[in-house]
Amino acid sequence: MHVPDGFFDAPTSVATGVVAVAAIGVALRGARRELDDRTAPMAGLVAAFVFAAQMLNFPVGAGTSGHLMGGAVAAVLVGPWTAVLATSVVFVVQTLMFADGGITAIGTNITVMGLATVVVGYGVFRALQAVLPRRLALVPVLAGIGAFVSVPVASLLFVALYAVGGAAPVPLDTLTAAMVGVHSLIGVGEGLITFLAVAGILAVRPDLVRGARPVLAARTLEIRTGQTDRPAVTA
Amino acid sequence: MSRRTVSTRAVVVGALLVSLLLAGVVSFYAASTPDGLTKVSQEQGFADTETEHGAADGPFAGYDAGFLDGDRLGGGVAGVVGVLVVLVLGTALAYGVRRRSTSDEQPEQPDQTRA
Repeated sequence: MHVPDGFFDAPTSVATGVVAVAAIGVALRGARRELDDRTAPMAGLVAAFVFAAQMLNFPVGAGTSGHLMGGAVAAVLVGPWTAVLATSVVFVVQTLMFADGGITAIGTNITVMGLATVVVGYGVFRALQAVLPRRLALVPVLAGIGAFVSVPVASLLFVALYAVGGAAPVPLDTLTAAMVGVHSLIGVGEGLITFLAVAGILAVRPDLVRGARPVLAARTLEIRTGQTDRPAVTA
Repeated sequence: MSRRTVSTRAVVVGALLVSLLLAGVVSFYAASTPDGLTKVSQEQGFADTETEHGAADGPFAGYDAGFLDGDRLGGGVAGVVGVLVVLVLGTALAYGVRRRSTSDEQPEQPDQTRA
């Protein structure tokens, strides 16, 4: 859903640019709580994975494709603040090096594809985690559900922005239906990729999945099996 | 299935190799049809409001290292370069932002990163 140059008028592009800069500023502070010597390498890795996965357009219906946005998977793996930073790095590199997403639309793309999918994806994930049993196996499932929901919501945000500052007069009801329709399908792919990525890390090192920490904390209090959730001090 | 402890470094290197494989090789097989927004903009009649990209002449524009022969090689190299650039920038940012001590949640482990 990379927005190219020209889709939005200047005031809207500036406004989303301000939103993006402000969000990154807040995230730089918030990410301090998420990042330490152990988790910092994961942040760069997650950014690199999101970039790679965004190159993989998958077909959705006839003549259309979609790709991962990545806010949900990043937030569950490394935390929401770090996810804002990681996805922003991806979008900046994409527009400057690969001419993917307009340079004047960088704020829009960070806001719609980064911020929105982090907030919605992580919000849904945490909300479900709060009401469901704290089981490790549920973490990738809930991450996938959050990711699935985040994509059509991001497309709704695009429509809302387009209503304010879109370059062409387009009937909003048909635009909404078209955007939400196709992005609900893309959301299925987002959910699957998110599930696989989170499950993959969880299988080898559950302690490196930020969204699994509440579960791990509860589990170590309740049961002590012979399994190690963390690397032993003497490996 | 034995459960051995996997080092953080092994996780990072393994996942990085997966990412490089996805961007460098698998991306060649990605769908080339227009993405959701592009398709909607065509159907709703506002695709032509797109203007020329300021970095359209860059060496990696359009995920194709145009100075190399062939789509497979050019696309693969562009993908690998992109993954590495994002990795370096993201990791540098994370290390710049991180807190230096990890005293709150658990005692710091003798990590491989400081060997």
